[in-house]
Amino acid sequence: MTGNAARPPCRWGPVFAAAPRLAAATAAGLTLSGCQMSLLNAKGPVAADEANILIVASIIMLAIIVPTMILTLVFAWWFRASNLKAVYRPDWAFSGKIELVVWSVPFLTIVFLGGIAWIGAHQLDPAVPRESDKPPLRVQVVSLDWKWLFIYPEQQVASVNELVVPVNTPVQFILTSSSVWNSFFVPRLGSMIYTMRGMTSQLNLIGDQEANLYGLSTHFSGDGFPHMLFPARIVPDGAFADWIQRAKVGPPLDTASYGELAKQSVADVPVTYGSVEPDLFRRIVDQTIPKGPGPGREGDNGAPPNVKPKGGS
Amino acid sequence: MLGKLTWSAIPFDQPIPLVAAALVGLVLLGVIAWVAVAGWLPYLWREWITSVDHKRIGVMYVLLGLVMLIRGFSDAVLMRSHQALAYNAPGYLPPEHYDQIFSAHGTIMIFFGAMPFMIGLMNFVVPLQLGVRDVAFPTLNSVSFWLTASGALLVNVSLVVGEFARTGWWPSPPLSETTYSPGVGVDYYLWAIQISGVGTLMSGVNLVTTILKMRAPGMSYLRMPMFCWTALASNLLIVAAFPILTATLAMLTLDRYLGFHFFTDEAGGNSMLFMNLFWCWGHPEVYILALPAYGVFSEVISTFSGKPLFAYRSMVWATLAICLLSFTVWLHHFFTMGPGGDVNGVFGITSMVIAVPTGVKIFDWMFTMYGGRVRFTTPMLWSVAFLVTFVVGGATGVLLAIPPADFVLHNSMFLVAHFHNVIVSAVIFAAFAGYTYWFPKAFGFTLDEVWGKRAFWFSLVGYVWVFTPLYVVGLLGMTRRLQHFSVAEWYPWVVAASLGVIVMIVGVVCQVVQLVVSIRRRDQLRDVTGDPWDGRSLEWATASPPPSFNFAVMPHVEGEEAYWAIKQRAREQARLREEPDYEPVEMPLNSPTGIVCAFFATLVGFAMIWYILWLAALGLAGAFATFVVFAWRDRVEYEIPAEAVARINRLNRASRLEALQQARRKEAA
Repeated sequence: MTGNAARPPCRWGPVFAAAPRLAAATAAGLTLSGCQMSLLNAKGPVAADEANILIVASIIMLAIIVPTMILTLVFAWWFRASNLKAVYRPDWAFSGKIELVVWSVPFLTIVFLGGIAWIGAHQLDPAVPRESDKPPLRVQVVSLDWKWLFIYPEQQVASVNELVVPVNTPVQFILTSSSVWNSFFVPRLGSMIYTMRGMTSQLNLIGDQEANLYGLSTHFSGDGFPHMLFPARIVPDGAFADWIQRAKVGPPLDTASYGELAKQSVADVPVTYGSVEPDLFRRIVDQTIPKGPGPGREGDNGAPPNVKPKGGS
Repeated sequence: MLGKLTWSAIPFDQPIPLVAAALVGLVLLGVIAWVAVAGWLPYLWREWITSVDHKRIGVMYVLLGLVMLIRGFSDAVLMRSHQALAYNAPGYLPPEHYDQIFSAHGTIMIFFGAMPFMIGLMNFVVPLQLGVRDVAFPTLNSVSFWLTASGALLVNVSLVVGEFARTGWWPSPPLSETTYSPGVGVDYYLWAIQISGVGTLMSGVNLVTTILKMRAPGMSYLRMPMFCWTALASNLLIVAAFPILTATLAMLTLDRYLGFHFFTDEAGGNSMLFMNLFWCWGHPEVYILALPAYGVFSEVISTFSGKPLFAYRSMVWATLAICLLSFTVWLHHFFTMGPGGDVNGVFGITSMVIAVPTGVKIFDWMFTMYGGRVRFTTPMLWSVAFLVTFVVGGATGVLLAIPPADFVLHNSMFLVAHFHNVIVSAVIFAAFAGYTYWFPKAFGFTLDEVWGKRAFWFSLVGYVWVFTPLYVVGLLGMTRRLQHFSVAEWYPWVVAASLGVIVMIVGVVCQVVQLVVSIRRRDQLRDVTGDPWDGRSLEWATASPPPSFNFAVMPHVEGEEAYWAIKQRAREQARLREEPDYEPVEMPLNSPTGIVCAFFATLVGFAMIWYILWLAALGLAGAFATFVVFAWRDRVEYEIPAEAVARINRLNRASRLEALQQARRKEAA
């Protein structure tokens, strides 16, 4: 997420430039532990539970599909036409015992996994608050074309494309959209959820380790969609208070500046707002503030406004 | 006069679509010129374009499917190669172009690649397997095909005139509403899918009627080959589900053209409604494609194992269970909308339950091979590869059906890998298995096995190579539809997937070479008996290619595997059945209704996309006039005299007798 330098318009440039970057990235990518985004490396209890379910369910299914794959190949190979040792039973087409087994095995598996699904769907329902002895932090999230607005109503600050939350504090997200659908997701914190205009959705997460993470939108929202990657930091209480203090010096977020923000653009460098107009979030939800204007009616056959892909790092 | 259409609609500044379109245009013009110079136009018009013969229409459907699979694959090549160059870099496709490409890839692969391929196989095979002479409504069948071709044409026109949708293959509002997609892209999607959707719905009605009402004497439901059962289930789903899609897209069209508010999230509209309605069609659609594929595998595995299908009745129950259950799972496409634990829990479980009958089918195919004499021909290789790879896609599907797992995997590359894993393994593998298996029936010569096996191995290796890294990168948090990205640990996996595409390209080339080589070697590959694979169902009881009337006399069916019984008796008694009493056969007359209707439908679609209202009115009037002319026709059928029927049938009997005696001589030696 650095730099905005334009690349020289060289046709084979991307190919040659790719090689050293590929080498560096391979080293980082092959060691899953060093990952910023891996779902299996949780930084909070929600993500940890979800990763556990992923692993347990995968093991259960592997226990069934691996023998199935092997048996398929063994049957096909042993009963090859050229194998004279294999017994040919041209009329053998039914066995009650086998049918009992082939219906029971998938059925019992699904009963078991269905139990996981039912319990998991309730325990990890995004709307259910996370338990903690600390009071929750409330964050209002608005997806814009093509950036994220985070409003901290109690602290009266806001930020664009930067999420900072204190460690071990439950966070209650309430989310909406200024225009089209997006989906808010910080992979190592857990559960994603859609943002939809005129509606709110709720998401409760908690980070239990300090970490520099990334979040992103996972529902395609137009030409600037890839720019919705944002840093998400889980910091100690003191650092959170410092960040709030630093944010306070920023410009105010009011109807006018929100209107500017709602226009189609990308924000590769985070911005903070020192104060937030009261009720701004509620007015976005009940649509007394105009929706994101989109690209405008004309010129759509050409390039849309202000979405030039980033240059190399 | 021309609505919104101006010269600026043609993207002169974008070399990729222009050059591609120019190449395709040149090839098309070349083919047409070649055909015209060779004097084949009248033949093509008389015998193919206006044909109402279910076999010819089936072949044309499959040809359309093949061409569109290559078209969709070229989009895939662009996407994968672009993304490999888009790590901290702009790649070579600007966002507005990249977004069209992934939208077109999905749309083309589902609606114009997989659907015509499967419908084509059903069209060709089902009447032959049922022992009848045509589908219930032959001319309607031709209309269905040409309307599907119209839709495909419109999608491809969008490459050079205007743009295609940039919304993904399901144009979800509000992104697809005029505020956020003011261009013609979404309109191209809407009209192309609506026109071809009408064709698909009519095709569904046609095949359901054929299977329910037109079986050969003695062919009770529980004597139908498995492919007919899966075709019945698939077409019942078409009849039940496609009207939902038509209505949904009609509502979006009203939103876009007349300012309605069905899905606008204002004035009472709600975009969540679109998601629900679209996937109410969308999930049954998965099974509309997969069920005929299961039928193909049932036929192929049974034939090449030299055994009846294991647990036939169990398979029928499993097919019908899938048919019903497919309507109960659509909500798993948006667990992340936040509907709460109860709703997510219920739909998570229903989504998993559908894995039970599917699992039963896998095991029954396995046991069909058990105790058999398995011949590893190309169709059989595709089928075994399906069994082995499909279970992985099924397992990841069950994984995604667990709501908390979906909360972290939804819309990720893991999901992309999952649905490609099921659709490629089931539908594409079945398409090529069925294509190789029934090709000799359609054309009288088999396809070259050497090139077929090369195509198979390269495709299989390439496919596993592409999608395994995508599973991994999905677990690393990568989401789909990213025009560029800056996360280092995704990069090697993205590159690895792109390298796999190169192997797949070799597979596609082999597939094309196979067809060319086979046509050149057709005399060596000739199938004179009509039964090149030692088949078990009625399509192998007639000549290859079958005469226009399919069967000289209606076969009388006395059990499951109708043709196998007849063949066994012939082998035991060392002679063919008694020669039947030949009677004249009435067959439907060819009609240009289909292509003329489709021509006018294309005009309507193109005119509505560009707001050329007079042309749309003209198109509608033309289509209606075509219908009136057809409805008032005087002659419906023509008669093939008994002598001609006899002459054609005796030829086939002679070569079958020859083959029978040859087999006995071989046994004696």
